[in-house]
Amino acid sequence: MYSCSDLKKGLKLLIDEEPHVIVQYDFTKPGKGQALYKCKLRNMITGALFDRTYRSGESFAPASLEERDMQYLYQDDSGYIFMDKKTYEQIILTEETLGDDKYFLVDNMDVEILMYGERAIGISLPIFVNLRVTQSDPWVKGDTAAGNNKPATVETGYTLQVPSFVEEGTLIQIDTRTRNYVTRVKE
Amino acid sequence: MAEPNWQLAYKQETLKKRARFIQQIRAFFIEEDFLEIETPYRIPANAPELHIDAIPSTDWFLQTSPELCMKRLLAAGYDKLFQVCHCWRAGERGTTHLPEYSMLEWYRSDCDYHQLMLDCEAMLLHLNSGQQLNKQGQSIDLSPPWPRMTITEAFSQFSSIPLEIALATDKFDPIIALEIEPNLPTDRPIFLTEYPVEHASLARKKTSDHKVAERFELYIGGLELANGFSELTDPVEQRQRFTREESQRRKQGKPPYPSPEPFLKELTSLSPAAGIALGVDRLIMLLCDKTRIDEVVAFTPEQL
Repeated sequence: MYSCSDLKKGLKLLIDEEPHVIVQYDFTKPGKGQALYKCKLRNMITGALFDRTYRSGESFAPASLEERDMQYLYQDDSGYIFMDKKTYEQIILTEETLGDDKYFLVDNMDVEILMYGERAIGISLPIFVNLRVTQSDPWVKGDTAAGNNKPATVETGYTLQVPSFVEEGTLIQIDTRTRNYVTRVKE
Repeated sequence: MAEPNWQLAYKQETLKKRARFIQQIRAFFIEEDFLEIETPYRIPANAPELHIDAIPSTDWFLQTSPELCMKRLLAAGYDKLFQVCHCWRAGERGTTHLPEYSMLEWYRSDCDYHQLMLDCEAMLLHLNSGQQLNKQGQSIDLSPPWPRMTITEAFSQFSSIPLEIALATDKFDPIIALEIEPNLPTDRPIFLTEYPVEHASLARKKTSDHKVAERFELYIGGLELANGFSELTDPVEQRQRFTREESQRRKQGKPPYPSPEPFLKELTSLSPAAGIALGVDRLIMLLCDKTRIDEVVAFTPEQL
């Protein structure tokens, strides 16, 4: 069982017998009062999103999901296509099922597909993903401060803050847990 | 050479501002004739409070607030004190919470909580040149006096259930967090005042209404910044309240805390006084217009 202190983004829980994933999480505490754990949950079967606030003392059953090693192939009108590398079986995940994870898929990437019985209900991303910057304002000459940042959009459409010296066309590493820039990748 | 750690590097401008603001906070209190004090971070006992968990440090604890030592100094005859220090509270981590964070506390003898609200107004105006503060595009008017609203008024205006029911059914905190805080005005700072006495473990009861304590919380731009109150100076009542908090802690299966005996003993010598604790990191968030506490500290626990 999980307690409130285990709650975090990405944790998978069984609620009303169905698997749910925490897509947003925050801890809050009014004045000297009781701790509250604010969660936005996604039902991994129906895709329904809803908010729920828990109070300390509550406990949660983990959603035990099987993981299958697969490879991401490509995206088409039907959704995102993955293939089992041993059996060559292909499955399709929709944009709703993937949520923001869709921004971190690179063709031919190995991922783990989360299975609820026979059903694929999500993916487990590698911790670090390399993506190419496709749009960012040019570096301003003279801007040499080490900490200066600017927004950049990568090939999958995801936008994040990067150091000002990162230019269009640069391959960058992103931490998929925090979704933050880590470093430039040497090619 | 590897690229520098950008998750540390990008905070540099904010941390420069932070350092300047903390210097200005010190300058403000020194100018007001307060004595800056340092008290030990590692102590044998904190004030037992139901919802605050201390982090053990061998057989003692890291402080959850410097208040007990500060009040012992007040009781010993020091009249105006302030401290900027680190405090630790187990399990508190969120957008505006860190388990180790910076606290500003100040104490005055011979006054009550009203004076502390005036101090808050004066300090903010000292730190922010001009009477406007900008928070994510929303302008906050800092011109004093800031509105004061009692908890009773806040419940009748924003809560889905009456205050008495919330207290009786253990819903006071969720109502404050989920119904009142999100509806407080964001264009003006606001003081919520006169807390129910059971939600003010170390505060003095109001003489005109024994159900409430002379306690307030300061909110600016929806962010809870400070908690201040007139000090309870009755050692018998203080011991009873600690005992009640401690027995509630045990009922919830929490580890027992030792009683802060020297504090209770010396409380007898404390004349009327008031004290306040203000979250420095949150104040910096506000002054630098940042939305996450992570952006105003050099390291978060996850980065260590």
